[in-house]
Amino acid sequence: MSTAIGNTIVSLPDQSTARLPKRHYINNEYGLLSWLLTEDHKRIALLYLFSVTFFFFIGGAFAGLIRLELLTPQPDLVAADTYNKFFTMHGLIMIFLFLVPSIPGVLGNFLIPLMIGAKDLAFPKLNLLSWYVYMAGGTLTLAALVLGGVDTGWTFTTPLSTHYLNTHVITAAMAIFITGFSSILTGINFIVTIHRMRCPGMTWFRMPLFLWSHYAASLLMVLGTPVLATTLVLVALERLFGIGIFDPAKGGDPLLFQHLFWFYSHPAVYIMILPGMGVVSEVISTFSRKRIFGYTAVAFSSVAIALFGFFVWEHHMFIMGVSSYSALVFSLLTMLVAVPSAIKIFNWAFTLQKGSITFETPMLYCFGFMGLFTIGGLTGVFLGSLGMDIHLTETYFVVAHFHFVMVGGGLMAFLAGIHFWWPKMTGRMYPETISKLAAVTTFIGFNLTFLPQFVLGYLGLPRRYAAYPPEFQVLNVLSTAGATVLGFGYMLPLLYLAWSLKYGAIAGSNPWQATGLEWQIASPPPTENFTEIPIMDHEVYDYEWLANKTKKEVTTVG
Amino acid sequence: MDSALATTDPADLHAGQEHGHVSLPQHRHHFETVEQQREAGSFGMWLFLLTEIMFFGGMFLAYLLYRNWYYPAFVVASNQLSVRIGTINTMVLITSGFCMAVGVWAAEMRRRSLLVAMLVTTTLLGVLFLSLKYGEYHEKYELHHIPGNNFNISMFTNPAGYGIKEAPLPPDMAQKTQVFFFLYFAMTGMHALHMIIGLGILCWLISRARRGDFSAGYVAPVENFALYWHFIDVVWLFLYPLLYLINRHPMH
Repeated sequence: MSTAIGNTIVSLPDQSTARLPKRHYINNEYGLLSWLLTEDHKRIALLYLFSVTFFFFIGGAFAGLIRLELLTPQPDLVAADTYNKFFTMHGLIMIFLFLVPSIPGVLGNFLIPLMIGAKDLAFPKLNLLSWYVYMAGGTLTLAALVLGGVDTGWTFTTPLSTHYLNTHVITAAMAIFITGFSSILTGINFIVTIHRMRCPGMTWFRMPLFLWSHYAASLLMVLGTPVLATTLVLVALERLFGIGIFDPAKGGDPLLFQHLFWFYSHPAVYIMILPGMGVVSEVISTFSRKRIFGYTAVAFSSVAIALFGFFVWEHHMFIMGVSSYSALVFSLLTMLVAVPSAIKIFNWAFTLQKGSITFETPMLYCFGFMGLFTIGGLTGVFLGSLGMDIHLTETYFVVAHFHFVMVGGGLMAFLAGIHFWWPKMTGRMYPETISKLAAVTTFIGFNLTFLPQFVLGYLGLPRRYAAYPPEFQVLNVLSTAGATVLGFGYMLPLLYLAWSLKYGAIAGSNPWQATGLEWQIASPPPTENFTEIPIMDHEVYDYEWLANKTKKEVTTVG
Repeated sequence: MDSALATTDPADLHAGQEHGHVSLPQHRHHFETVEQQREAGSFGMWLFLLTEIMFFGGMFLAYLLYRNWYYPAFVVASNQLSVRIGTINTMVLITSGFCMAVGVWAAEMRRRSLLVAMLVTTTLLGVLFLSLKYGEYHEKYELHHIPGNNFNISMFTNPAGYGIKEAPLPPDMAQKTQVFFFLYFAMTGMHALHMIIGLGILCWLISRARRGDFSAGYVAPVENFALYWHFIDVVWLFLYPLLYLINRHPMH
């Protein structure tokens, strides 16, 4: 498997001679307690991997039920109020228990110390605590579900949530409140680690872009999540004691809730997507064997997204009676936030140009990301335009838009990252052919599910209803069919990745010939990560450095 | 492993020798130097305080909004708070903050008994603050000024009947005093909750300080807790004028 394009030579190492190291973080200690009380960031990452996967499939089951119900125009599978509970649970679980913690919790935890050449995150105990807090929040969410569900939608919109519903709003709100603290702890940990734990020579502009994007996302977690916490406490108090802060009858203002809620929940979209963009940068550079084009621009665009992301929240409220002047300003700012996202897409495209591209599974997922995220981002510009938004808001167009961004973007990137670093995390390769099949299946299924929803929304079908006029059935059937394909696409990795734990080929320390520090140590890494703290004596994504280093290794070993 | 990657940084060795702390029990293995550990700890604390600012920020936003909308109700309701107790409490809290700062200094100077004395004084002043606050809350309870179903607006629609020199408010504006009192309870209550947590941590610090844990050059917990305690002071320094003093310079 070797090709020569220009002066870049791609030769992936022969894996048949690779061996697992005798001692690594997985077999360093045994027993359940050694996992539940671990302070090793790599083990905590695996704890996160198991739990976010669990919640992903629960959330996915609700998605399946929703699509099944929408197969026919009548609410015949479940009654309308059950349907409301389904989409609420789908949203709560997928957003707060899967998308927000997925990439930071699993890949961020695992890789940040490895990438900056540190032995662990700055606060290992806090890191473990964040997992327990996350599990407590998740358990409480499941409790709300088991006790009878909640039907506010994931947005907890007042006065619906405070005055009109008799479901478990407070339980669910407290669950999300608690989960938020997990996110805050993770964010603090990442920021401090990136500031204070970098190894000698690892300057800010030698950091892999994965770290820049996690840094930006952590800023959002640290600054945004506390506002959500306040908001949810106020909703709970309003519901329990009727304090009136969001109740117009007592002088309160429901719009205040919207402002506070979206002040977190819009940046939350970037919490979900920014770490994904970090994954894509790493994968595209590795499989193009080129330094990322415009490294500095990509790095700063992450920070710009985090910054602008805080000043666009009102675009969720254009039809809610905000002043038209402020709507104008927020519409403009919404257009502006598209700029740094576009910078990233263009720079990835230019990285591919004249690169020595190979099409491994992570790369396929990344191509999926680039296509789907671009569609999601561009339709976001439609929604940010004041006139279009009035027609499209609260329709399936919005549903399709944010699924393209968060599932087509965030989830594709998560899967790309899981495949890319799977050899590092487990020491074994995933099976290549079937995983390519999974990537393609996911891409096809995703488009079949959500492209029809753009049309449905444009034709005016509102979201969050169990029933719809019969003329929309064809598009809905297409969407449900796509969801089935998508479901298969997501089941496949679960099966073959589990299979590969025992039967996968031994990966060796650097199967992709990637340049990051994490690839220069054994796979799986030892508990201490680095026997001696490394020195970063070369630029990031320096493939010539890697080629020289590999050459030297051959002469000394051989 | 690559040889270039596997060299120990001479600067770190140097720092280790200079401070001579490398083997101290509080030095956690994943930090290269004690200095790095201390910097990381205090940086983390500052970030945590940043999240706290955002946490209180939502309520300050609500205050700003409703104060603009219902200014007369806010003035009248604010006049029901005791400026005297509020001022005393401000003094109490600032003094406790001062004691805490002296405590950090005592820890750095390795004076165990002074450190313990200062931590105890800080705790006592914190308890005093909360007792005065409890007195204020209790008075509001008796007057039915706690928002909710038992909220009573008669004092604001008919102040003369209570012997208060205020212009009576029309009933719909009087109803808005409830918004003020809700914000008052939410903001001071959240502040008090932070103090209660702080007092718990203080008790833990006192017991460790008595053992001499912080008088041998390891002051990070005292230092970081002091940041937290000063943060609580600062929040109060915003709450006090906004809640107690908004009508000290009447516009009319």
